[in-house]
Amino acid sequence: MNIVIVGCGRVGATLAAELDAGGHEVTIIDVSTTAFDRLPGTFRGQAIRGDGTDEDSLRRVGAEGADVFLALTEGDNRNVMAAQLAAEAFRIGHVVAKVNDPLRAEAYAALGISTICRTDLMMHALLGSMGLPAGPTPGVRAGAPHPHPSEPAGAIDRPATPAVDGRPAKEA
Amino acid sequence: MFVLVVGGGKVGYYLAKELIGSDHEVVLMEKDPRRAAQIADEIGSIVIGRDGCEGKHLAEAGCERADVVAAVTGDDEDNLVICQMAKHHFDVPRTIARVNNPKNEALFRHLGVDELISPTRMILGSIEQDIPVHELLHLAALGDNELEIIEALLQPGSPAVGQNPTELTMPTGCSLFAIIRDGQATPLRPDTVLREGDKVIAIGPNECEAALHGLLIGESPAGATARG
Repeated sequence: MNIVIVGCGRVGATLAAELDAGGHEVTIIDVSTTAFDRLPGTFRGQAIRGDGTDEDSLRRVGAEGADVFLALTEGDNRNVMAAQLAAEAFRIGHVVAKVNDPLRAEAYAALGISTICRTDLMMHALLGSMGLPAGPTPGVRAGAPHPHPSEPAGAIDRPATPAVDGRPAKEA
Repeated sequence: MFVLVVGGGKVGYYLAKELIGSDHEVVLMEKDPRRAAQIADEIGSIVIGRDGCEGKHLAEAGCERADVVAAVTGDDEDNLVICQMAKHHFDVPRTIARVNNPKNEALFRHLGVDELISPTRMILGSIEQDIPVHELLHLAALGDNELEIIEALLQPGSPAVGQNPTELTMPTGCSLFAIIRDGQATPLRPDTVLREGDKVIAIGPNECEAALHGLLIGESPAGATARG
């Protein structure tokens, strides 16, 4: 599989190494190149400096055509925005965003973005380790069916010419 | 109207102040507690020192009864999330986002944000309006700055279009000596008929600039027809 990971933190780097070792094509991006120090020397994938919430950056690293897109930075909102770019602008089929605020994770799952919530995962594991009831195992919360199913691929309406919206009228 | 403003920077601060001035009910959310306290000192206890991106805090701020949510932080991703949470989770009828990267406008609109304010785009628009697109371009100064080489891009409406150099009344001391057409530089011959899109290279004394402008670009005040 062709996998793009945004955020080379502990989770991102470890997962990238694992997937790479498993023979997948991995591209990992981060705004800081020092983050790539977390990758093992054996990593054969691409590690590229870039902003995962910037459409141009994502295009430059080849996000278009990826099979899987994982947004795993430390910022919930960055992840959510990167994931929505991946789903809406690049039409990547499998997109997951790490969202640590449980309420936001739930809200975005309802909006069609699959989310994984560290808070829920850890709470579940800790309750379990104490022998307390923890409810069903939380995993990736699958996004609801795509909210814009009727739209063709690459459906974000781009103005044909760079229209200057919001420009005050001359008289105003 | 009840307006929930998220982001207590300059924009959020003045927005809240103006809204209060026009008798709207306002709550301002600012995640930096020091900044929040500072604003509260100045405009009263309408400030919540919490992160407006967090669902729980939006609920506490009364998001579900807001008529308008304005997300005006300096971070596009935060503004997007605030508006989406407001719209889809709290059913707020009208959401407004500040967008800093103009490239994000299409995405935000597509994702359901009702109104976008893009300072970058607005400033860009003003600059483009103010700088005339077809002005004379100064290429070089010659001989103690008395003479200059200039370039003029011929646009529709230029008096020189359709003429050959012998038909043009050149100001004294000026001459046209080359054109760039389709990326090729060629000397200007007496029978060369000037066309739209030609770049004409001229040389002349500084004081003839206005005359050259009138001849090659048109007499209208600079910039007035720039967007024609």
